[in-house]
Amino acid sequence: MIRPHRSHPLWTAYLLHRLSGLGLALFLPVHFYVLSFALNQPERLDAFLRFSDDPLVKIAEFGLVFLLAVHVFGGLRLLALEFLPWSPRQKTLAASAVAGAFLVAGAFFLQAV
Amino acid sequence: MTADSNGLHVDVWRGSGTEGSFERFLVPMQESQTILDVVAWIQQYADPTLSYRYACRVGMCGSCAMMVNGVPRWTCRTHIKKVIKDNVLTIAPLRNLPVIKDLAADMDPFFDRWVAAGGVHHPTRDRNDAVEQISPATPERIEADAGIECINCSVCYAACDTVANNVDFLGPAALQRAWTLYLDPKDADPGAILDAVSGRGGCHNCHSQGSCTLHCPNGLNPMKAIAGLKRETVSSFFRGGR
Repeated sequence: MIRPHRSHPLWTAYLLHRLSGLGLALFLPVHFYVLSFALNQPERLDAFLRFSDDPLVKIAEFGLVFLLAVHVFGGLRLLALEFLPWSPRQKTLAASAVAGAFLVAGAFFLQAV
Repeated sequence: MTADSNGLHVDVWRGSGTEGSFERFLVPMQESQTILDVVAWIQQYADPTLSYRYACRVGMCGSCAMMVNGVPRWTCRTHIKKVIKDNVLTIAPLRNLPVIKDLAADMDPFFDRWVAAGGVHHPTRDRNDAVEQISPATPERIEADAGIECINCSVCYAACDTVANNVDFLGPAALQRAWTLYLDPKDADPGAILDAVSGRGGCHNCHSQGSCTLHCPNGLNPMKAIAGLKRETVSSFFRGGR
């Protein structure tokens, strides 16, 4: 359970940024491992690409694109917070990062199915 | 005055150092009752050995902050109606500080960091010089004027998860103090302040979670001050400074 002093939007934005970063860190080695099949095991790569056409994998890819987009937009939000003149609308910016990530991931999903 | 069955059920932290547990008290409800009133009632009518700290009772001295239902608050200006849930209150000493006894936290680590963050004035003149005229209208002075309203209550320090996880971190209040001095044209050595806040435990450890700003009882914005220090330290680095 989130402890009471943490239950506010910017702490949630911090948590989302941290978890999406960890998720991407776990994904990237697997991603490069699968890409390496193109060099030495092309038939295995083809089998994996056929597996990735499965609708359930597309849903998982939606999650992956969301993690990537929310991490990018969240990072841009932090850079703006630290390096641009101060804006009092930090909650709005955090919510916009999540909304932008849903937009990107949703657009990817609609294009994929 | 005695407690009745319609009173508040108040769980109060009892103990010293790292040892202790919550003890439940039944406290009568009153009109316009603050958390500090509740603690004072317990100490005066239920258990005189209860230790806690307060002074002004009007939100100026910054000595009565405690954790109330898991949130750091100034207890003298927090009405129970604002925070009560199911007639139960939980009151504990401030987080991230050693406990002296019961609700009294040891504030030494908090104030040690004020000094470590460069929170000491470096004078440009001595007593024989005329007083320097400072315009109150410059953006830097307006920014510093907001920061110096800090009452040193340590609510931000208790709210900060970076303080909890990094023993070297200077904390929101000390960094905000450093920011006000950095903005002050009467300070002779702003470079020393940037050095103090950009080392190990400095402003770059802040994760911008914003709990300090959310919980500050005076409505100050330490997160903005820390962002300002981050900007100035990076700018100083690219200008070829320290």
